[in-house]
Amino acid sequence: MSLFQSDEPLLQVHNVTRYYGDRVGCSDVSFDLWPGEVLAIVGESGSGKTTLLNCLSTRLAPTAGAIEYRMRDGTMRNLYQLTEAERRLLMRTDWGFVHQNAADGLRMNVSAGANVGERLMAIGDRHYGNIRSTADDWLGRVEIDSDRIDDDPRSFSGGMRQRLQIARNLVTRPRLVFMDEPTGGLDVSVQARLLDLLRRLVSDLGLSVVIVTHDLAVARLLSHRIMVMRYGNVIEAGLTDQVLDDPREPYSQLLVSSILQV
Amino acid sequence: MSDTAENYDQGEYNFAYLDEQTKRMIRRAILKGIAIPGYQVPFASREMPMPYGWGTGGVQVTAAILGKDDCLKMIDQGSDDTTNAVSLRGFFEKTAGIRTTYETSEATVIQTRHRIPEKDLTDDQVIVFQVPIPEPLRFLEPRETETRKMHALEDYGLMHVKLYEDIAKNGHIATTYAYPVKVNDRYVMDPSPTPKFDNPKIDEMAALQLYGAGREKRIYAIPPYTKVKSLDFEDYPFEVQKFDKPCALCGARNVYLDEVILDDRGGRMFVCSDSNFCEERRAAGHVGPMAADPAAVQIGGSSQEETAR
Amino acid sequence: MPVRLYLNNVGKSFTMHLQGGTVIPVVEKVEFSVSAGECVVLGGPSGAGKSSILKMIYGNYRCDKGQILVTIGDDIVNVAGAEPRQVLKLREDTIGYVSQFLRTIPRVSAEDVVAEPLVAQGASEEEAVEKARSLLARLNVPERLWTLPPATFSGGEQQRVNIARGFIAHYPILLLDEPTASLDAANRAVVVRLVQEKKEQGVAMVGILHDQDVREEIADRIIDVTTFAADVAA
Repeated sequence: MSLFQSDEPLLQVHNVTRYYGDRVGCSDVSFDLWPGEVLAIVGESGSGKTTLLNCLSTRLAPTAGAIEYRMRDGTMRNLYQLTEAERRLLMRTDWGFVHQNAADGLRMNVSAGANVGERLMAIGDRHYGNIRSTADDWLGRVEIDSDRIDDDPRSFSGGMRQRLQIARNLVTRPRLVFMDEPTGGLDVSVQARLLDLLRRLVSDLGLSVVIVTHDLAVARLLSHRIMVMRYGNVIEAGLTDQVLDDPREPYSQLLVSSILQV
Repeated sequence: MSDTAENYDQGEYNFAYLDEQTKRMIRRAILKGIAIPGYQVPFASREMPMPYGWGTGGVQVTAAILGKDDCLKMIDQGSDDTTNAVSLRGFFEKTAGIRTTYETSEATVIQTRHRIPEKDLTDDQVIVFQVPIPEPLRFLEPRETETRKMHALEDYGLMHVKLYEDIAKNGHIATTYAYPVKVNDRYVMDPSPTPKFDNPKIDEMAALQLYGAGREKRIYAIPPYTKVKSLDFEDYPFEVQKFDKPCALCGARNVYLDEVILDDRGGRMFVCSDSNFCEERRAAGHVGPMAADPAAVQIGGSSQEETAR
Repeated sequence: MPVRLYLNNVGKSFTMHLQGGTVIPVVEKVEFSVSAGECVVLGGPSGAGKSSILKMIYGNYRCDKGQILVTIGDDIVNVAGAEPRQVLKLREDTIGYVSQFLRTIPRVSAEDVVAEPLVAQGASEEEAVEKARSLLARLNVPERLWTLPPATFSGGEQQRVNIARGFIAHYPILLLDEPTASLDAANRAVVVRLVQEKKEQGVAMVGILHDQDVREEIADRIIDVTTFAADVAA
């Protein structure tokens, strides 16, 4: 497990605040994320978790606060002071973003192989045979049959699309992956398979992950640490099983007690 | 290119149709395009007395650079006597009163739709391309804001996604025209819908190349002797089309051929798409395998007599 | 023998916000220590707070008051105030937990579930799986089940898988949460033997054991948790 090998955080978030006009999106959020660590952000719709995720992933500029990231060369850089070219390079090499709706993260009109290969071509890979065999390898790792490599994701089921999106993101071996409700909208059995796959990939690759979910079971299975958000504020944070088994805040207790017992 | 309107009388066309301020605006766009090879310069495209798709971009560029001493050649799919070429040649004969020609080497300005003449162009010539869709990234990325950013950041991975798809679906790069190129190691450019057969000609070409897209309001350019590389993969290098037969009329090899249907019984032949090139060869005594065929002779019949003015 | 674990003035209560903020006191002024090679059993009726103490030591419950000190070589770490990362690190190589209930993970086979803690400590996959198999065999889990995910196993089988998982790796401190409940006599005897082996290796253990016979066999000391009753202390 690579979780404890590094003494230096990968991502440092300082007082991130985002307003939409007078409305608060998220307010004064600070935390460190370590290499190999999975952080779950939980809360109900409108609690600010997606706003926070978008701020962290440079998709939405925060109104105030700073976010620093340790680049591959070891230097700590303020994400909002990167040039657009640096930011794009980061997003398609060192980072991944898994959308809830796979269609938002895939090119639906090009083949599965091209979807996986795109990042490789974007960073200058110019050998068709290599790109294709790498894509094939990754399809295998996300349990998509090789013979689907030339099919468009339009012909894929929801679960397959989601797995394809994951392969597309991981092909460049990113160190940090953002996930926005990656299992939302899938059947329970499909969800279980995807979760297991994610769990394995995350630990095999030593990924750091920030995952937004409203499903506490997903948070329990995947994350080391959890942040509970409400009305744009982080109201409770800590070790995942501690927060879920011994929630302290009224709202956290409500969330935990609302889980359906099967 | 001095085109002061000294012949201008009330009721007549301004020289080469466009007013001088418009030409000035277009020339500025052209100069900027030459300064940044392959970069698409926006310009205030005017309404022209012909529909979009008929070469309004090329016509505006030509009108902006023509001078009274110029000699204009107008081709469409390699041919001087197809509808589009004939009507645009007529347009400039009427509005600029300049000399026109069918002969590639005689022309100082060549406006073309979909072909580049077989004969090498020289550094005292300018070739103007009519462009329908200037943005090579358009089919993969519909947002203009995004494609502009991609050009600015040299973010061209997507172009290879298209080529990858070609190979994955067809076993080879099946794009045969509008084949994307990288100009001067910087901008990816669509060389207009010319067949990829012509791509090697635009690399290090002696003549100045100007590209005009009227509907899309873009002008771009490749200055003389500029490196132009067709995109490809290491293991699927760029290749031009090969024709296994020579031109049926003039016997030329290694030229771009058009298929011509001769009758309704399956008769056909392949002839030079560049009609002027074919005629010159035949005049010089070259004979193709079907040159004696009566049907072929009729099709390949000389249009030389119409050229004389 | 050196002290491995020391609880100092530990207190815990639950505030039930969904029930009008009722405060349920659990324990107060818990104080005891466990040495290497010693097995301390927490005694007292249900609801006395035995399980809560175990969970606080594991970092699963928050500790409101006091310190829970763990010795790692020359270092002493206070679990009560540790960062999540430190707690996870402790769980990986210092504190093991044998709980009653297996939290099954979809599609992971029984032998891999058992082997996982050993792999996390750096053992090779083969070595870990081999040891997992031998433990499963000792605990009489039928061989045909080893490669299947335990989700569909019977309660007893799941429990034995989890015991194997708890015992496979070496932790200087091992917490036993009713490991023998609902086991038959033969398997109880296996667990007793496993605990004794751990003792010999110098592992400090804290357990909750309702089974009188097992308790007598393995306990070096019994601590009556009722003496920490919070309502008395408060």
